[in-house]
Amino acid sequence: MAANVEEFVTQRYKQGFITDIETDTVPPGLNEDVIRLISHKKGEPEFMLDWRLKAYRHWLTMTEPNWAHVHYPPIDFQDISYYSAPKSREQQNAEAPQSLDEVDPKLLETYEKLGIPLHEQEKLAGVAVDAVFDSVSVTTTFKDKLAEAGVIFCSMSEALQEHPELVEQYIGSVVPYTDNFYAGLNSAVFTDGSFVYVPEGVTCPMELSTYFRINEAKTGQFERTLIIAEKGSYVSYLEGCTAPQRDENQLHAAVVELIAHEDATIKYSTVQNWYPGDEEGKGGIYNFVTKRGEARGDRSKVTWTQVETGSAITMKYPGCVLTGNDSVGEFYSVAVTSNYQQADTGTKMVHVGRNTRSTVVAKGISAMQGEQSYRGLVKILPSATGARNYTQCDSMLIGDQCGAHTFPYIEVKEPGAVVEHEASTSKVSDEQLFYCRQRGISEEDAVNLIVNGFCKDVFRELPMEFAVEAQALLGVTLEGAVG
Amino acid sequence: MKAVDETATRMLDRLQGERPGDASDWIAGLRRDAVARFAEMGLPNQRIEDWKYTSTKAIAKRDFARPDAAGATADANRIEALRVPDLDAHRLVFINGHYAAALSDGEMTDDAVRVRNLAQVLAEDPDALKDRLADAAPADFSGFTALNTAFAEDGAVIEIAADRRVERPIELLFVSTLRDEAIAAHPRILIDAAHHGEATIIEHYVGMDDPQNLTNAVTEVHLAEGARVAHYRVQRESRKGFHIGSVHVNQAANSRLEQHNVQIGAALCRTDINTALNAEGAETLYNGLYLVNGRQHVDTHTRINHNQPNTTSEEAYRGILDGYARGVFNGRVYVAPHAQKTAAYQSNDNLLLSGKAEIDTKPELEIYADDVVCTHGATVGQLDTRALFYLRSRGVDHETARGLLLYAFAEAAIERMGVEPLRNWLQGFVIEELPHADRLQEFV
Repeated sequence: MAANVEEFVTQRYKQGFITDIETDTVPPGLNEDVIRLISHKKGEPEFMLDWRLKAYRHWLTMTEPNWAHVHYPPIDFQDISYYSAPKSREQQNAEAPQSLDEVDPKLLETYEKLGIPLHEQEKLAGVAVDAVFDSVSVTTTFKDKLAEAGVIFCSMSEALQEHPELVEQYIGSVVPYTDNFYAGLNSAVFTDGSFVYVPEGVTCPMELSTYFRINEAKTGQFERTLIIAEKGSYVSYLEGCTAPQRDENQLHAAVVELIAHEDATIKYSTVQNWYPGDEEGKGGIYNFVTKRGEARGDRSKVTWTQVETGSAITMKYPGCVLTGNDSVGEFYSVAVTSNYQQADTGTKMVHVGRNTRSTVVAKGISAMQGEQSYRGLVKILPSATGARNYTQCDSMLIGDQCGAHTFPYIEVKEPGAVVEHEASTSKVSDEQLFYCRQRGISEEDAVNLIVNGFCKDVFRELPMEFAVEAQALLGVTLEGAVG
Repeated sequence: MKAVDETATRMLDRLQGERPGDASDWIAGLRRDAVARFAEMGLPNQRIEDWKYTSTKAIAKRDFARPDAAGATADANRIEALRVPDLDAHRLVFINGHYAAALSDGEMTDDAVRVRNLAQVLAEDPDALKDRLADAAPADFSGFTALNTAFAEDGAVIEIAADRRVERPIELLFVSTLRDEAIAAHPRILIDAAHHGEATIIEHYVGMDDPQNLTNAVTEVHLAEGARVAHYRVQRESRKGFHIGSVHVNQAANSRLEQHNVQIGAALCRTDINTALNAEGAETLYNGLYLVNGRQHVDTHTRINHNQPNTTSEEAYRGILDGYARGVFNGRVYVAPHAQKTAAYQSNDNLLLSGKAEIDTKPELEIYADDVVCTHGATVGQLDTRALFYLRSRGVDHETARGLLLYAFAEAAIERMGVEPLRNWLQGFVIEELPHADRLQEFV
């Protein structure tokens, strides 16, 4: 097994390349001028700048959270560049490319390496992709087809130009800038992100997807995603993330807001594969994001599915506020920490409406020196009569130097509610391994099989093609970690 | 508490020389250090994660006087009525924290056990407590522990001899009585079991005539190799009173602890139960039951530290909450690096009977070893409607059926208790609390 560990250690982060593109990067530092500059560069409407400044002033009064079960040196927020855009785009006078032909070929090459050939995707997969490179959105494929159905899928900057009234109405309505330290920071400096609006009664004709990539050194990525599903609509959205291999730590502080109106369903899936740092724990992304969906209308539904294999440190708690009666919140998660990765992740389910239901299935796998915590909150307010929650969080430990922790908060103020929480922690059992080995399956394959079985409940919630990707990613991350 | 909060040091100076143990340098030093720790920490506030759901403001804004030892008297018949009926036990009685010799069975010394009150040991033999007092329970565990360490004057010292089994349970009855002013008592209990010693100890806290007193108790337990101790904590303080208690246990190889924690009384009750499994083969059972209603607030924090391989723990807490009551449960299981082959099972089940009751539960696992089996679960809900239907379809009226199911829920915790008279008494007590007690008696 020692040889396998060796192999694992030398396993390179496959997305760790750097794309050599001229960029337009604002010098590091944060003050009101930088915020004005960002807003100006993006030609934003007045209300947006006001909101950003309000957020910034509030952020100055906030302190960094320190309750999570993660350790890292303090972040110098003045040492981060808050805006970085590929220059070629800037030269086009901030006009978004009209078709893929106008996109810098080097960028397209980057996406090829990432395994999302836009051309191919456009033709074959039928997935509409909005690719965000550092801070700005490069291109959105399939826009026309979506427009036919009435679906708006564009970058946040574009949305601010073309649908400012929608942005103004919804931004900050689920995650206000006062919510937490990183959401406050994001509200002040966010540079781009995706915007989705699905009109009443429309089932979005294809899966929507965004690819995020941090390329420039010493930049942070602060994207903001807003998805609005009107009455009776349906949308499924997937985000993927990668970053180049660098020695310093880079900050990623995104905010995602989902709003589901009456009878609407939003399915949000994430495959997060930011650079996790090297085998000594050097470098890697700090992934401190705020994601929250509000099931605002009656019978609405918000589903989070996440596969977290990357990042040096993750602090992420996608949540659902179940405001509408009979609304449903779901959270399915697989998180893997290996080498010196640390993850403090989980979900928040806040039941407000009557007969609201939530399901949480969280699977954590910790290997090598990885540290992983599930931190979840289930809160049943007195108004949530007949609320129901089921939580299951299982941890699997691989190796004797890793850690797996569970911190579930359950607050119930309603006697009619039924809340169940189950958790277990164990390792890949010798009996299971023996059973497989005895039938001629190699140890490596056996472990893969068992780990995949352990995660099955979550993977089957992912859209088909991403489920395959997620399984492959899991295999790569854990390669040789078992012995 | 204001008086203590702001002038704890002065108060300690004023008391200097008055209290048992003050003559001993190391006891006086321990008390001084504890006051210093308290001055740093103060009473816990809700910004501290461990006190997130429990406010100590009600305690902080009150003044509590120090009861004098001379007042430690009460009517013997009334005390008798507070006891667990039919329990044949060696008994020490404390009135407002002070040992009441006239009401107690007195010092006990035989080849199996030595039972003394703390004031006596502090006065006559303080060095016997060296390395034992404030060892399992560090003064800085919380502001309350610091207060107890600084102001504890009395309590019990129980020493169990090696290879002996103490046949009769030892009952420590702490009675809080109504005085002209509210008082604060800080009892301290020390239990020391030598290797393969066995005993059953019951701490019983009762309020008499609805006083608004504060009881702030700390218990330290040392279990040597192979020792087996069943420790009961029954809290029936006045519904207007405050009860803060903590139990700190260190366990050596192959020792076994049973800790039963029953919480029924007090306006505000907080207990911390902490066990460190420090050697292979050590085993712990936590069994808890809380029954609260009205505006009662009951908070239990438990911690089990699996510090060495091959240790086992099992924890089951059950609670029934009615009225405006609020329950808090935080159970933490820690598995240290290399503590392989740990097995830890934990559950917390709650019944909410009214729309205004609230429960905040948090079963935590913190695990740094891989070859372990750890599970935890928590449930919150109402009575099972199918079970209710089953009983109703057999002609049992709704109220009785409900009562029966509530009884059965509590019984799961009660039946784990080994002391039969205590079990019987608790069963009766639960039935009394339920509607149609007379009809329920027919069934159980």
